[in-house]
This record gives sequence, C-alpha cells and structure tokens, in this order.
Amino acid sequence: MSTPSEQDGALAAPRETPPPDPRPGDPEITAVVVADHGLSEEEYERILGILGRTPTFTELGVFSAMWSEHCGYKNSKRLLQLLPTKAPWVIQGPGENAGVIDVGQGLALAFKIESHNPPSAVEPYQGAATGVGGILRDIFTMGARPVAVLDSLRFGDLTSGRNRYLFSGVVKGVGDYGNCVGIPNIGGEVFFDRAYDGNPLVNAMALGLMKEEDLILGEASGVGNTLMAVGARTGRDGIHGATFASEELSEDSDEASRPQVQVGDPFTEKLLLEASLELIKSGHIVGIQDMGAAGLTSSASEMAGRAGSGVVLDTALVPVRELGMTPYEILLSESQERMLVVAKRGHEEHVRKILEKWELEAEPVGEVTDDGHFRIEEDGVVVANIPALPLTDGCPTYEREGIEADEVRELRERDLTEFLSPKGDLTEDFLELLGSPNVASRRWIYEQFDTTVRTSTVIRPGGDAGVIRIDGTDRGIAATTDCNGRYCYLDPREGAKAAVAEAARNLVCTGALPTAVTNNLNFGNPLKPHIYFQMREAVLGMAEACELFETPVTGGNVSLYNETDGLAIYPTPVIGMVGVLDDVSKTVGHAFRAEGDCILLLGENREEIGGSEYLYRLHDGLVAGHPPVVDLLAERRLQHAVLALVQNRLLHSAHDCSEGGLACALAQSAVGGEGGPLGVEVSLHDRLAPVAVLFGESTGRVVITVDPASEGEVLGMCRNHGVSARVLGTVGAPHGEFRVDTPSGHLRTPVDDVFQRYYDALPNLMDQDPDIPEGDIHA
Amino acid sequence: MKIAVITFPGSNCDHDCYRALKLLDGVTPEFRWHRDTSLGDVAAVILPGGFSYGDYLRAGAIARFSPIMDAVVEFAEAGGPVVGICNGFQVLCEAGLLPGALVRNESLRFQSHPVHIRVETTRTPFTSEYEEGQVLRIPIAHGEGNYHAEPEVLAELEGTDRIVFRYSTADGKLTPEANPNGSAHHIAGIVNEHRNVLGMMPHPERAVEELLGPTDGRGLFQSLRNHLTAGATT
Amino acid sequence: MSRFTVEVRVTPRPGLLDPEGKAVQHALGSLGYEGVVSTRVGKLIVVEMEADGEKEARARAEEMCRKLLANPVTQDFRIRVSAQAEGVDER
Repeated sequence: MSTPSEQDGALAAPRETPPPDPRPGDPEITAVVVADHGLSEEEYERILGILGRTPTFTELGVFSAMWSEHCGYKNSKRLLQLLPTKAPWVIQGPGENAGVIDVGQGLALAFKIESHNPPSAVEPYQGAATGVGGILRDIFTMGARPVAVLDSLRFGDLTSGRNRYLFSGVVKGVGDYGNCVGIPNIGGEVFFDRAYDGNPLVNAMALGLMKEEDLILGEASGVGNTLMAVGARTGRDGIHGATFASEELSEDSDEASRPQVQVGDPFTEKLLLEASLELIKSGHIVGIQDMGAAGLTSSASEMAGRAGSGVVLDTALVPVRELGMTPYEILLSESQERMLVVAKRGHEEHVRKILEKWELEAEPVGEVTDDGHFRIEEDGVVVANIPALPLTDGCPTYEREGIEADEVRELRERDLTEFLSPKGDLTEDFLELLGSPNVASRRWIYEQFDTTVRTSTVIRPGGDAGVIRIDGTDRGIAATTDCNGRYCYLDPREGAKAAVAEAARNLVCTGALPTAVTNNLNFGNPLKPHIYFQMREAVLGMAEACELFETPVTGGNVSLYNETDGLAIYPTPVIGMVGVLDDVSKTVGHAFRAEGDCILLLGENREEIGGSEYLYRLHDGLVAGHPPVVDLLAERRLQHAVLALVQNRLLHSAHDCSEGGLACALAQSAVGGEGGPLGVEVSLHDRLAPVAVLFGESTGRVVITVDPASEGEVLGMCRNHGVSARVLGTVGAPHGEFRVDTPSGHLRTPVDDVFQRYYDALPNLMDQDPDIPEGDIHA
Repeated sequence: MKIAVITFPGSNCDHDCYRALKLLDGVTPEFRWHRDTSLGDVAAVILPGGFSYGDYLRAGAIARFSPIMDAVVEFAEAGGPVVGICNGFQVLCEAGLLPGALVRNESLRFQSHPVHIRVETTRTPFTSEYEEGQVLRIPIAHGEGNYHAEPEVLAELEGTDRIVFRYSTADGKLTPEANPNGSAHHIAGIVNEHRNVLGMMPHPERAVEELLGPTDGRGLFQSLRNHLTAGATT
Repeated sequence: MSRFTVEVRVTPRPGLLDPEGKAVQHALGSLGYEGVVSTRVGKLIVVEMEADGEKEARARAEEMCRKLLANPVTQDFRIRVSAQAEGVDER
C-alpha cells in the first residue's frame, strides 16, 4: 500500500525488481520526445521523482496516457471535487467505470455519459459508433445489462455541407452501433450553433440494470490471480487516443489524424456483453474493466491502483492483430471491444470456456502482485516498472486562473429592448422559429435508432425524457440529457444551473423523481483564463443545483481542448439525469390527448429573451443578453407539484418550456400525438412584450393539460405547493386552428401547418447534399 | 406446448419473442442455441430479429449455415410452423425456405417507427385471428427490409394468396409514402407454398403489451397458439 | 500446393434497384462530375487460399460464391484468381 509521500511522487525507485533497461530500437528520451508526449517540464520532473531515474520509452508513453486530461483529469479534478456525490441511494460514486444507484426492490442502475468528440470530428461514423461502444462497456463491466442509450450531440449550423456530413455520419454511427447490439435509444438532444463548427460534440450515455448483488468493480485484487485479455485482438488503432482527446484540433487535423481513429465492431460487442455478464455471474472472476482510453495501460494500472495491489503483464502474451507490435504500441492501443479480466487463480480454463461459447478469445497475460507496481515485460524482459498508485492518482492537478472574457461580459450586458418587437408578422416569426433545427422535431434522427428493442420502452424519443419499465416490477426509469451551451457561454454559472433544472423538469414531466446525475464537461483549452473561468463557474452552478435537487453526481467525463484554430466551443456541461417512477403506468407524455382538455401553465412568464433561439434564428445569429434566470427553490417546488399531479393521475400531458419558448412548447404538444395534430385555443394576459411571452425562454415553466373537471383540484394542488398556475385555454379540434392571443399580438395558423413545419424542417435541411471529404466511404 | 426461439450470435430480439410467447396461456418458450443440432420436442419455431453475425456479408447469409438451421429446415419441410421476424425473415430467405431477398432500404437509412400493415390473408396458421383487410399498427426497425423478387416470383406470391401483410396507410391504402423501405408490391410478410413458414419485417412481439403501445401483434401469436392447439386435439 | 489470391467481385444484378449506387451517382453529380451515366456499388472479397492449381482455386471460389458469398436473387459475381509469389508471409 502507498504512503502519502508516494502520492507526492517522492518515492525512490522500486526496491525488489530491477529497473528496466532501454529496449533496443526504442527512441532515446529527449526533451523533444517528452514534449511530443504532451508532458510539461514540471510533470516530467515528477516522473523522474517517482521513478528515481529516466523513464524508458514505454514508461514515458504510459505516463503520457495516464496523465493526459482524458485519464488524469489534471485540469478538472479540483473542480470536480466541488460536486455533491453522496446520497443514501448512491451505491457507487465517481471513480469506477460507471456510477450505480439503488432503484428499489434489490435492483441497481448503473449509468454514465462519455464523450467521443475529437474522433467524431475526423471520422463521424466510427467516432460516434465507438463512443456508444465504449459507454456500453462501462455499463456491463459493472455487472449491469445495458437497457438504454441516449445521445447528446452538438454541431455547427446545418447550412454548411460539412456540418450536414458530420451530423448525418454521427447519427448513423450512433444508430448502427446501438441497433446492432440491441439497446434501445430512448432520447437525448441535439443543438446546432456556429460555435460548434469544427468541434462537434458527441456525448453518449448508457443505463444498465442489475441485481444489487451482481455489482462487480474494476479491481485487480488477490495476489496470484490471473489477468486475462478478453475479446477482440489488439491492433495499432487509436494509439494515443487519450492524448489526442486532450489536444486542440487544427485545420490539418482531418487527414493527419485519421489513422488514430478506432473502428467499431458492434457484433463483437454484443458477444462481449453476453460473455461478460455470464462471466460475472459465474463467480470465476474478481474484477473486469474495459480497455478504453489508453487501453491496456489504464485498465491494468487503474485496477491495480483501486485494489492497492500491483500487476505484472507480458505484452508478448497479448493476442495481436498485427505482427511486430512493440510493448509501447500494445500498451497504448485503443482497439475496441476488449476487456481486461482478473480471473481467480485456477479458474482460467472456465473463463476461456465461457468466452469460447461466445466465439471470443481469453488469454492470460499476467497476474496480480503485492508490490504495488505496474510492471510490464516483453517475453520476460522488464520494459516498464512504475509504482501503480502514483501513476493513476499522482497526476499533478492544477487550479488555474479564471477570468471572464471582456467580450462575453459586454454581450451579456447588451440592451435587448429593440428586439422585443416582432421582426415581421408574429405568426411568420413563430413558424420560422418552430422550423429551427433547435426547436423542430428530431424524428429524422431517432427514426434511425431502434427505440423499441428489448420491449421495455414506455416513452420513446420525441418527448421530454425517455422512459423504460423495469422488467418484473411496477417501476420505471426515466432519463434525459440537457444543456444549452448559449446560456452557459453568456453566464456559465446560470447556464449550468439551467441545465440541471431543465433535466429535472424533463424527468418530472414524465412522472419520474429526479435521482442522480452523470455529467459531461465539454470545454475549450483550460490553460486559457477565460475558459478556466467557464469551467469553474459551470461546476459551481451545477454543484449548487445538484445539491438542492438532491441529485448527486455519480460520475461522468471531461472533454477539454475543444477548439479549432483558437476558437473554443461554448462551454457545454451536459447533464445526464436519471429518475425513478414507482408506478410506471402513471407516466405522462408531452402530447395533448383530447379536444376540450384544459391547458394550464405552471410557472411564470418573464421578459427574458437573452440567449434565446429567437434571437439567434431571427436576428442573424445574435447571441447576447442575460440568459434566463434560474430560481432553484421555485424549480424544486415545481418538481414536487408536477410529481404530485402525476401521482394522482390528474395529468393528460406535461411538457417543459425550453428553446423556442411557450409558443413552441404549445406547438410541440399540439402536434406530438400519434393520432394527428390537435388545435390550440390560448389567451395570454401577461403585460409583457409578445415576443417575450411567446418566444422567451424563462425557466421553471411546464405546460400541462387536464380534464376540465379536475381543473379546480389541479389549481388547488399547485397553490398548496407554492407554484403559480393558471388556465391558458383549451385543446382544440383535430386539424383545427392553432391560436394564441396576447394583449398586443396573435398567432393564428392551421395546426396542420404547424405540424408540417415541425416535422419537415430537419428532413428538408438534410435533403441538401453533404460535403463529402475525399475518400470517405460512409457518406 | 413448447415453442423454440433460436438465438444466433447477434440475435437481439430473442428475449422479446420469448416474453411475447410467455404471455400466451399454455405455451412454454424455450431458447435454442445456434450450435444446437436438434430442436427437440417443439411445436413451432421462431427466428427472432437482430443482427446475426453482425449482418456481415449480407443479413442472414452466415446464420443460415448455423448447425441449428439444418434442424429448422427439416422441421419446416415436415410442415412445422416457423416464423422469421426481421432478421429471421432474412435468414429464411437466405436459407431458401422463402423466395426472394431483403435488400437495403430505399432511403439508405435504418427505419425505426411504427407502421401500418394490412392483413392480406387469414388463410395461414399465423393470421386466423385477424380479419382480412384489417390494418395493424406494429413497429419496424431495420436497415435491410426492402423485399425483392423476380417478377414471376411476385406473380406467384400474388396468385397463390401468399402475401400475408402489406405496408399501408392507417385506412388500408397502398400509397408510396406508406411503404417504408421500397418493398416490391408493398410486401411486409409472406408465407411459403405450404403456408407453414412465415417471414415478416415488422415486429409483432413488440406490440403485445398495453403499457408499451398498440397491441396489434397479439393476434399473430394467438393465431399460432390456436393453430397448434387445434392440431393437438384433432 | 501453391497459394492464390482470389478476388470476388459481388455486384447488384442489372435491373435491381441499387439505392446506394443511385446516391453515389447523385453525389458525384453535385460535386460537378458530368457525364456519369450509371453507378453501381458492390463488394470486393479477397480470399487467400491454398490450391493445387489455378483451375482448382477458381472452381472452389465459384462454389463459395454460390453457397455464401453472393445471393443469386440479387447479386452477380466475378472471380479473378492470381498466383502469389513464392515465400510469402506465412502468418
């Protein structure tokens, strides 16, 4: 076991095993080689301190991968410590392959979100596909069977052919992988803004269910137990992907980076999934971990680090796909669909048999030791020998200077009064806004995803959150991902709060109690003070909201350096939130159900158009003003009120107001039903500019419909919960009129036009030709 | 009575079929592994959806050479009822138990959404509980469901009442928009000459429980059960 | 025994709708390539095999095509056999 001084990197060289000699043929360690590995002088000094000597080339590669931002979280760790991570229902918090919570009746839910941004920027299809593959492995290595995936995507504007190419490739990649493995996609989000030109974001989230007692951790425990490489063979793909994920992309990244991108094989993944779950139940293994970012290096060293043990591995024993691979390459390969398993000593043949049943390989490659070292041999010759704990936990962490950029402050303070009057005819403005790809139906996307395989999907994509039932119980799980990067750009703290609040609102709209969070922090280069400012502020906002909502963060992912030629993406701290329904049959959809139903608004309209889709879409891409203010206590009351209404089966529909404001929320509910569009007759009496009332994106609002007979009861319950509620109007006739009146303007159009605009917008945009880069075969 | 659900490597609707069968009174579903060489004592066989062998080469092309498929072919040739759903339909075509082939959707995109299909014939062991012309709402989820066959094969299917389901609108019209994948003659499902082997692209097993949406798939499983029960008592 | 490289080219049968080919043709057109009359997308399968001679290699490849590599309902195939140089990588 380690002492504190070891963690500081002050420990001298390993005592019992000799230091490795430089391997013939490996490059000499020079300042240039060190810099090429993305290590700073300070970090290299620390490595020298840990080893007490110059590292070998193999060791340098190992440190470089483990101390990359992707694995070592060096610029984010101190911020992440500010997040709440504990609650009585949290079984496993951050630090494992996935977080795990108790969902009742002896069942546990494993869930996590992870990014695959840079790979998707250079090869959208494979980048996205392998992103889904990686997150599924994180789930089933906990012993849980994956039951749902969600995807949170960001692209530049679809007016660019390049962005259409990236978007369609990513959607196909997410779809093909999940469809083949047979995991339903139950939701997610996509957002288009020029800030993501050149840096699309692909965050994939997965959920898995297990019996609590089947939980298994990624630990290499039990001296003498055998490490086995399981699944696909190791090739040269993706070497230094973890380091790659931690660097800025530049103009010429496209071609030069291609060979690093891994190729996914969802068929092998499906076999690996079944084999792993069988293996975990068999009792022949003590630990299992995906060989994800930094491959064998991170899986072996992290498993040793967690267990406080050591490992010895011989790279010559690792099944490879190509001849002549060096230990450096074998250790850092990111070939997909591979696992590292710790088999009980003497049980190796049983492990092999189970894998064989699924037509997969399992080869012993090393064993667990008690010396606390990560020792690598090649045919018995030591090529790396590093104390495991300093390697996994000793990465220097930084707290940097954070200063808000002046231009952002100026944008935020900008006076928006001139934009409060309609640009043209209100109805025309409305239809244009509804046709924005940030508001319009995502059907073009989710119809490429299998949403109903596993016969558990109760609410499919297209609503506020996806809902699945838990087999064999009355319960259900809801999940959503949310983040408006524009809000976060203008005010990262409020924006992050808004993301948490919207996620929770989405869940309660389906009737689920918000329970826990996984987050994906997507930012630019943290070495820049204005980016670090965004990170710190966003984490603080997230921490405050998660604390108040009692939704602890159980894990997640950090993706930094999302910049092209010095231009950063919007700060995009994506919130993946899960919730539990005690009685899934009570769940509510977002679509209006019946003519004559009473439409109510919960929450307040305010004069807030800052950061809105309306400004961006109707005023030439304007991103300015204060984003909507978040009143966390009011949100909490709203959540409780909606849940109480669902509990009493009083709601016919519930839909959160977000991008596009109240008018678009009404439209989405009017046209969201399977039975065709329903008219809307609504009168608003707010003494606010109509643009603000109709299109402003004030938080804390939910549109519900109820039976007219229960109107009084519903209003009373809201009052008791301290939530403002009022009647807006009624649901109209099938194919009737969409009519919203305000004191100073009206929206009037046949709801069939609303329907058409809402569903045709994205397909029409995507019918234009993509720009296909030379040599791409997936277009 | 027992009904076998075959699991190939890459099958992913095997458990869904198992669950749908389990909801039927008097039916015990049992899995059969692709390496098994015998079906055992079963009254019917379901080839479920999924991506057997990753759909590499062609959907269903490799699965048809699984050891269990010899037993399935033998069972079918002896008149035993066999249902292939989605990937199972593709396997049946590749195995030659059904004519034609399923090629890539005309849109080139995977299509996953509920569709309407019209029941064209009740003269099969799988559709007796439906009415002719009845329109069902059932999900599809496939990338290669575009039914193709030579004109003379299509003519024979038409002439011998072997087209079981066609993609249609909600009121039973055969419009181009109602055809989700470009299938010839709007074909969503067919039977073989002896009417004991059904292949269909839509997923009836995903439409049997109210909690999850329409339940129009129940009729298919009930028809099969009734057919088997009648056979057992006469 | 010598070693042969057998290239099997599988293409959609003439007359069969080839949506992928159509999409590629459309994309070529929009990239400004004029005069593209038709585009068909198929598959190239490369098999390395040991056989007594070219004739045997071809006969076995044809059998493979009939049995597995091509679906006669929708696909045509063409086979090219070439002998490999001596002393090839034995892996």
